[in-house]
Amino acid sequence: MPPDAEAIAEQVFTALADPSRRDILAALASGGPATATDLAVSLPITRQAIAKHLALLAEAGLVTAEPGERRRVRYRLRSAPMQVAQQFLAALARDWDGPLSALQDHLDRSAREPRQTPSANPDERRTP
Amino acid sequence: MPFPDRIERTVELAHPPSAVWAAITTAEGLAAWFGNQAGIDLRPGGTAWMKWTDGATADMRVERVEEPSVFGFTWHIYGLPEDDQRRTYVEFTLEAVGPGTRLTVTESGFAQLPEDAYRKAFDGNSQGWVSELGELAAYLDAA
Repeated sequence: MPPDAEAIAEQVFTALADPSRRDILAALASGGPATATDLAVSLPITRQAIAKHLALLAEAGLVTAEPGERRRVRYRLRSAPMQVAQQFLAALARDWDGPLSALQDHLDRSAREPRQTPSANPDERRTP
Repeated sequence: MPFPDRIERTVELAHPPSAVWAAITTAEGLAAWFGNQAGIDLRPGGTAWMKWTDGATADMRVERVEEPSVFGFTWHIYGLPEDDQRRTYVEFTLEAVGPGTRLTVTESGFAQLPEDAYRKAFDGNSQGWVSELGELAAYLDAA
């Protein structure tokens, strides 16, 4: 595990903890790169608050600033840090306890019905 | 913040390793407790799959087959985008204990981050799309 992965994940979760920042990221994800002014028009957040949030998102590497038309800075979503955080969530969401208890039930069921081959479909087995 | 790389569970099953082996390495077995439908080509490098009634699917690549004690496969990391090439490795280890089996399942690789290579590939793809979309726009403009 590279030492910065936890730092990246922490920044992502901090960034996502704020509803306004989630709105900004969602707007960039669905509508593509936008200026702070574009975002102020489409979101119920002031231009100043948006600039503050964009600075934090840029710090976390979740958006990058790029020159746009008439020298206005456009912000583009950068999803690489989110994929680091996703791996953390993937480990938490992976459920082995459910399948293993299903395996236990399956073996118990198969053993109680020795006349059936192990290859019998469980749905068929329930049919009288 | 702990970043788990590995998940490990051990269960004691009151069934011999041969029964457990059949349950985890045959299409019929896998479809009975894990997926709703399954298929498997049981040899290292073989493919295996499971489907669930809710439409979810899992595609696996068989890595280790040492009957009746070790079965390992890799699969896509749950929750990451479909095209993400990283995979976790799942290994089932069966150990006879009296008339039963101690089954250990280990899934590892959640924290794998070939960071530089990954960034390069990822940013490469992102840039790729920018230029592809630029080319498409240019093509449409010219038409």
